[in-house]
Amino acid sequence: MTIPVAVSPAHSPVIRRLWAFPRKFGSSKLFSFVAPIFLLAFWQAAAELRLLPASIIPAPSAVLEAWIEWAFGSTGAALNAYSGTWVASVRGSLLRIVQGYAIAVLIGLPTGVLIGRSRFVCKLIDPTIQGLRPIPITAWLPLSIAVFGIHDLSALFLIALGAFYPIAISTTQGVRGVPANLMRVGAMMGMSWFQSVRMIILPSAAPSIFTGLRLGLGIAWTAVVVAEMVAVKTGLGFVLWDAYYIGRMDIVLADMVSIGLIGLLSDGLLVLVEARLLRWRANHES
Amino acid sequence: MNHDVAFEIRNASKIYQGARRVEALGGVNLAAKPGSFSAVLGPSGCGKSTLLNALAGFESVTTGAVEVFGQEVRGPGPKRAVVFQDASLLPWFTIRENILLSAKVRGDNSSKIVDQANLLIARVGLAGFEDHYPAELSGGMRQRVGIARALLMRPDVLLMDEPFGALDAQTRLQMQELLLDVWEEYRTTVVFITHDIDEAILLADVVHVMSARPGRIEMSIEVDLSRPRSVDLITSANFNVIRRQIFDCIRAHA
Repeated sequence: MTIPVAVSPAHSPVIRRLWAFPRKFGSSKLFSFVAPIFLLAFWQAAAELRLLPASIIPAPSAVLEAWIEWAFGSTGAALNAYSGTWVASVRGSLLRIVQGYAIAVLIGLPTGVLIGRSRFVCKLIDPTIQGLRPIPITAWLPLSIAVFGIHDLSALFLIALGAFYPIAISTTQGVRGVPANLMRVGAMMGMSWFQSVRMIILPSAAPSIFTGLRLGLGIAWTAVVVAEMVAVKTGLGFVLWDAYYIGRMDIVLADMVSIGLIGLLSDGLLVLVEARLLRWRANHES
Repeated sequence: MNHDVAFEIRNASKIYQGARRVEALGGVNLAAKPGSFSAVLGPSGCGKSTLLNALAGFESVTTGAVEVFGQEVRGPGPKRAVVFQDASLLPWFTIRENILLSAKVRGDNSSKIVDQANLLIARVGLAGFEDHYPAELSGGMRQRVGIARALLMRPDVLLMDEPFGALDAQTRLQMQELLLDVWEEYRTTVVFITHDIDEAILLADVVHVMSARPGRIEMSIEVDLSRPRSVDLITSANFNVIRRQIFDCIRAHA
């Protein structure tokens, strides 16, 4: 009886080389662009074949054209109210994000540290925070406008409130997870409370804090768009709603893509800061 | 103030009131002369760490008194430095920063303290690793940092909580030799917690044998082996005599 020998295709040098390419490409950074490019190509093709109603979902090429006009066109052109106003809109939204987010960090971080380290503060304010948290920031909008009016403050309040929750909660969690022995090291050296916060508690909680900062930034973007749609008359959120009303879906889509890309960039910035601050973890498992 | 006594524990008991009442210490009496090296030897769970934590001020005793150089221990402080079993270095500080941490806390950045730190770094064999982070070091190296960090505090009492318990046998021998050498120079009062009979005899002037539940000192044996010592001592006849005594004591109370 002969035993059939299975020849694996991987044994042939030619096939092996053919195999090597997709495997190499699969682990390269470029590979991450395959899915979005396919999506765009599919979308473009569907538009060209008139499978999509152009007035509702314009083709990527049309969106790009609208964006170029929006970003680089001359302002004040009578036919296109958006021409050349992209930078101003982005600046408006970014300014609100930066201010509202800064407020959230300045309040959320200390709050998280206090709740995490003090049983008294925890009992005092944590139930209140947990009770308010299920109310979506969008539900705060009418009250916010009633109190602050159609004004930047409404937007800042929503951004700060939305970003506050994840920042405070992640900080609390990180601060609670500080190894007991590290606190003892601080105690035996006679550290003051502030010294132990600076030298032990915050560095130890940093990975968790950064998780909260990134979640908070995402919510800040949601908040700014919602607030600008209703409570402020400038910024990317305002343009989004305004363009929808006058049927400029190309601007709507260009606006969405703008928000997505700037959001991605701002998150990337946080990741860079995190990597820099948490250098000491880099060669952990080496 | 009586300075013939470095620390004194009088009739200390510790009872943990939890779901189950645990009597960790049951009337412990312990004292040591300044500049002496005491080892506390006992099985795991015998309360020897509780004893050390009471000296450090991390935990209070339920009854009894704990005094260091005539002063009642009320909480942790820089006069009582601890070397932890897991080294407990701050991972976000470099080796140098970890060793100099106590000076930084005091606000001392004088060249004198930096010189002292450099001397210690060289002394414990860490030269060249000053700017590394703890994660880049082996367990033995980390414990060298733990020892240097504690010694730079110039403590009245150095409390060592099974510092070599997590190391492999070879590294442990190296570290014991290192500790013997360094201690010859500094002659700080040391309390060394261990469950290793050889380690206790090799290092200490007095070995206190503890029994478990409740933790008690069953026997205290003077180790009158001449100093300076080295790890070769472990195979000597005198060493074995003491070893035998301790072994019999442990067996009698097991």
